[in-house]
Amino acid sequence: MSNADQAEGSRRDFLYYATGATGAVLAGGATWALVDQMNPAAEVKALSSITVDIAAVEVGTQLTVKWLGKPVFIRHRAQKEIDAGRQVELEDLIDKGAENANLPTTAEATDENRTLDKDGQWLVMIGVCTHLGCVPIGDGAGDFGGWFCPCHGSHYDTAGRIRKGPAPRNLAVPVATLDKTTLKLG
Amino acid sequence: MAGIPHDHYEPKPGFETWLHTRLPVVALVYDTLMIPTPRNLNWWWIWGIVLAFCLVLQIATGVVLAMHYTPQVNMAFRSVEHIMRDVNAGYMLRYLHANGASLFFFAVYIHIFRGLFYGSYKSPREVTWIIGMLIYLAMMATAFMGYVLPWGQMSFWGATVITGLFGAIPGIGPSIQTWLLGGPAVDNATLNRFFSLHYLLPFVIAALVIVHVWAFHTTGNNNPTGVEVRRGSKAEAEKDTLPFWPYFVIKDLFALAVILVVFFAVVGFMPNYLGHPDNYVQANPLATPAHIVPEWYFLPFYAILRAFTADVWVVQLVHFLTFGIVDAKFFGVLAMFGAILVLALVPWLDTSNVRSGQYRPMFKWWYRLLIVDFIVLMWVGGQTPTELTSWISLLASAYWFAYFLIVLPILGLVEKPLPQPSTIEEDFNAHYGAQPHAAE
Repeated sequence: MSNADQAEGSRRDFLYYATGATGAVLAGGATWALVDQMNPAAEVKALSSITVDIAAVEVGTQLTVKWLGKPVFIRHRAQKEIDAGRQVELEDLIDKGAENANLPTTAEATDENRTLDKDGQWLVMIGVCTHLGCVPIGDGAGDFGGWFCPCHGSHYDTAGRIRKGPAPRNLAVPVATLDKTTLKLG
Repeated sequence: MAGIPHDHYEPKPGFETWLHTRLPVVALVYDTLMIPTPRNLNWWWIWGIVLAFCLVLQIATGVVLAMHYTPQVNMAFRSVEHIMRDVNAGYMLRYLHANGASLFFFAVYIHIFRGLFYGSYKSPREVTWIIGMLIYLAMMATAFMGYVLPWGQMSFWGATVITGLFGAIPGIGPSIQTWLLGGPAVDNATLNRFFSLHYLLPFVIAALVIVHVWAFHTTGNNNPTGVEVRRGSKAEAEKDTLPFWPYFVIKDLFALAVILVVFFAVVGFMPNYLGHPDNYVQANPLATPAHIVPEWYFLPFYAILRAFTADVWVVQLVHFLTFGIVDAKFFGVLAMFGAILVLALVPWLDTSNVRSGQYRPMFKWWYRLLIVDFIVLMWVGGQTPTELTSWISLLASAYWFAYFLIVLPILGLVEKPLPQPSTIEEDFNAHYGAQPHAAE
């Protein structure tokens, strides 16, 4: 509707642009608030770090704790599980990355790179299948003596590495620090 | 409304005219109900009414269930048990609502396959088809979120698996998943928003249904011959059609009554037959049930999701071609949504200009195989994955895509169709004998 003869623009042009710009800002602001309200609320974000006493976890058993709404497997591995994990060749793995948040992302998925301590006794992983988020069954389940996800049949070995099935990655090792018998997650 | 010529509402003097000049609502209802409908419609055309009934049933029972339900993680499961044990007729309302969803999907699948056989998606009814597909998508979203509300084990783990699909998107997936859930995992925020959306979406569906009806009232119904109603004059059109009221309303209501006998037998005597016992165990984020299965109406697409594992060569090829961006997990998600997408695009994938499958001798066999394929997918989607079921689901998924992407485009070019009747009247008289035309 602008008048082509008036190069400087009319009062009506100004009103169109001013109304349009105000409308765009208001619509954008409203959309941002409506979308962002669905992101995690402050009290959900506040629970991002916990400590766990692991003194009572016997060799060859596993403790599952809930952290960030997800289960975390804390496994005190027996010697034969450690041996089994260390015998695996890197070429036999589907995911060759360590998936360990405490190491650089380029770290390889050796058994040593999966555990928190040098001896390989403490394996701490987020207990969520990397396929579609089910909780794998532990205590030697599956074809590789580690974990087995009942939802779509993913098999993990004794170091929580994916060996068979639809899951694309090894079970994730979260940011964690071990201080004698106290484990800090996050 | 453009389309088939027919009588329109004429307001009588007095109140009718007074109202009509102010709000022509009676004319809208009259013209909608008196729409000329092809007189040769067979029993496959009754499912629209069944679907309309289901929507009303679900909204009516849902609104009253919401009066007793609490969308909070510590109380949701208990409030459902409260409905079952304490609320007057609560168990009946809940069983009607739960089994109503199954009837809804049963009807929609027959309705969709009816359209696929008789070519109801073909020009000029593409928009009707697309809106129908949007309704189907909204139905799936509504059913999925509704199943989460009782906060049983299947509710929780179903929600975890399905929202996990969005996490499979490369790059932005995890942020989208957190945004959908309102936290790092399925929790109170998730339950609350699912309740809100589960209440909202049925009204979106109702609005889409109105547009769906509007669209096919503009083009006119398809019919078993696929031959269009003649519209040269009202007299000519009346030889091919009958008004929707009362002829088809009575027929449809009769069919609905028969279907409801079966439905109430299920609701009354085996209300949990289609459910899972695990959903009577309260949600536990630390333990996954041994065998997660979605509701039966999601099984065909669930089978397609699971079919494409990392050892399938197509998956490996796509993984290589996309430089690893599309992994097996994302491929499965794409395949599942793709399976619905090819269904939505069928108006443009089918190259045949013959509408009805009755006159397509080769199409008939491929179509029958598609029905078998759908049932096989439904069966295999509920099985625990083994070597054999993986193969079956892969083959069945492949046929689903092949039907839409290969068979339908090629068939239109190579198939020699059978002769079609020139008019609906001719086809109708061939079956039932010539009819005298009243008021010609």
